[in-house]
Amino acid sequence: MTADTLIDRPGTGTGRLKDGKGGTADIIFRFALTMAATLVLLVIAAIMLLLLRGGLPALMKFGPEFFITTDWDPNNEIFSAGVMLYGTIATAIIAILVAVPASLGISFFLTEVAPQVIRRPVGIAIQLLAAVPSIIFGMWGFYVVAPIMRDLVQPALISGLHWLPVVGYLFAGPAKGTGILTTGLILALMILPFMTALFVEVLESVPGVIKEASYGIGSTTFEVFTTVSVPYGRTAIIGAAMLGLGRALGETMAVTFVIGNANRISASLMASGASISSVIANQFNESAPGSLLQSSLLLLGFTLFVISFIVLALARYLVRNRLKG
Amino acid sequence: MNLNPSDITPAMRSTLAHEQINGAKPKIQVENLNFFYGDNQALHGIDMAIPEKRVTAMIGPSGCGKSTLLRVLNRMYDLYPGQRAQGRVLLDGEDILAKGVRATTVRTRVGMVFQKPTPFPMSIWDNIAYGIKLHENLSKADLEARIEWCLTKAAIWTEVKDRLNRSAIGLSGGQQQRLCIARTIAVKPEVVLLDEPTSALDPISTARIEELIDELKSEFTIVIVTHNMQQAARCSDVTGFFLLGKLIEFEATNDIFLSPKQQKTQDYITGRFG
Repeated sequence: MTADTLIDRPGTGTGRLKDGKGGTADIIFRFALTMAATLVLLVIAAIMLLLLRGGLPALMKFGPEFFITTDWDPNNEIFSAGVMLYGTIATAIIAILVAVPASLGISFFLTEVAPQVIRRPVGIAIQLLAAVPSIIFGMWGFYVVAPIMRDLVQPALISGLHWLPVVGYLFAGPAKGTGILTTGLILALMILPFMTALFVEVLESVPGVIKEASYGIGSTTFEVFTTVSVPYGRTAIIGAAMLGLGRALGETMAVTFVIGNANRISASLMASGASISSVIANQFNESAPGSLLQSSLLLLGFTLFVISFIVLALARYLVRNRLKG
Repeated sequence: MNLNPSDITPAMRSTLAHEQINGAKPKIQVENLNFFYGDNQALHGIDMAIPEKRVTAMIGPSGCGKSTLLRVLNRMYDLYPGQRAQGRVLLDGEDILAKGVRATTVRTRVGMVFQKPTPFPMSIWDNIAYGIKLHENLSKADLEARIEWCLTKAAIWTEVKDRLNRSAIGLSGGQQQRLCIARTIAVKPEVVLLDEPTSALDPISTARIEELIDELKSEFTIVIVTHNMQQAARCSDVTGFFLLGKLIEFEATNDIFLSPKQQKTQDYITGRFG
């Protein structure tokens, strides 16, 4: 098309408003986009429905007690989710308690403290952590971290803390290496890069003038961090932490390696346990189609799905709200 | 002593200029200051003596270095890698650029108010108390007294005294700026730097801030950067005119505006450029 035709066109008077090239292509394009987006929703709905349908027999048989009792006995076909719910939530909480301060520190270092030359390499190294497959974390956790925990960390924790009232129970018992605590630490490492990336975004959204104003009345870097940067981004920081929590809840392979796979709840963080995803990974192959075991596993899956869904939805809401406002 | 006029260095001349202004002694003495943004030199050999408990205005077109100089006076440039200053800046005779001087201590003694109001996202009370608590451990009664003192000083007490617990974000722009001034003087600095404090405000708020500046100079040494020449003429005692990173002329405000010695100053204040 030459410039002439472009200029001539409005004056020719023959074009009708509904005519013109591109109409059909645009309709097809829009349709394709809509389908792609709808597909996601359909898949989520289908997964949810299938899990629920598969889990229904177990739910009918055991009722609400499924979620609070702790028996898991495939021989007598008695199942319940208490142990796995505890294991899932306890490991995820340990992961969050460790990973949130660590990633906040790293992200503040990257945005405020580090010299320009160091920022990129450190940033990239942390993102590379996210590229390590979770099964690698699992094997590393089992063969490297667990022995270190068993020989050094856990004995120190036990001898140092077991005598404390209440808290002492968390650090009682033999040092086995694997267990709830080790799993929580591995999970912390796994969600750290992701949370760091989010925190960097949050801290960068704190207006420079506010930080300067705080430095301007003689604040140290630490004071600016605790009294300006963190409060300013508080909602988004909580949201980002919950996104991390969502990931920690659902992580399977690494957890299966290091959690110890024992069906019991112990007060001690050193003890073995089980998480929803580790039980499913361990036992789904052995479950016969239509059996009560399989139904219980599907119901466990549904439970995890609902928990993660709520946590992630809440997190998204907090993060979005804050970064926009 | 018999001084030949050609022997008088710029530093001596600016000191001499201020001996004449009611005998005020210099609070800050800038000596041969050069400043760099990376490879870019933004200030060239600045010499000036800022008189104590007077208002010193810095004027000049955008990019002339006046704000840069202000950011050297409280070491704000420290926060950014690649920015560096050479020379000496003496605060009561002590070089704030010297090795081992803590920037936070300098900033406690040399406070700063910014172009845009920068209230922290907390209550009015906490905005003021925050800075005080960083440096002093006051009893509740003393803290209350201090907060009332600085809010009164900043001419905003009557407007906010009934809503100290509400968020500072809800104040008007002019009120926010006076709150920021209150916050700055709350830590009892000796020098207050104002970086175009009224450029984001309406004329009425501007007038209030200018009145405030006039009152504050009985207790603080004030340095104000402004784009508004009338403002400099109205509220300052001494004025420095900057152009392209150099201090062209630094004299009593009346002299600068009524009988500038330099042709460039004359051109700028009569609106021929800038």
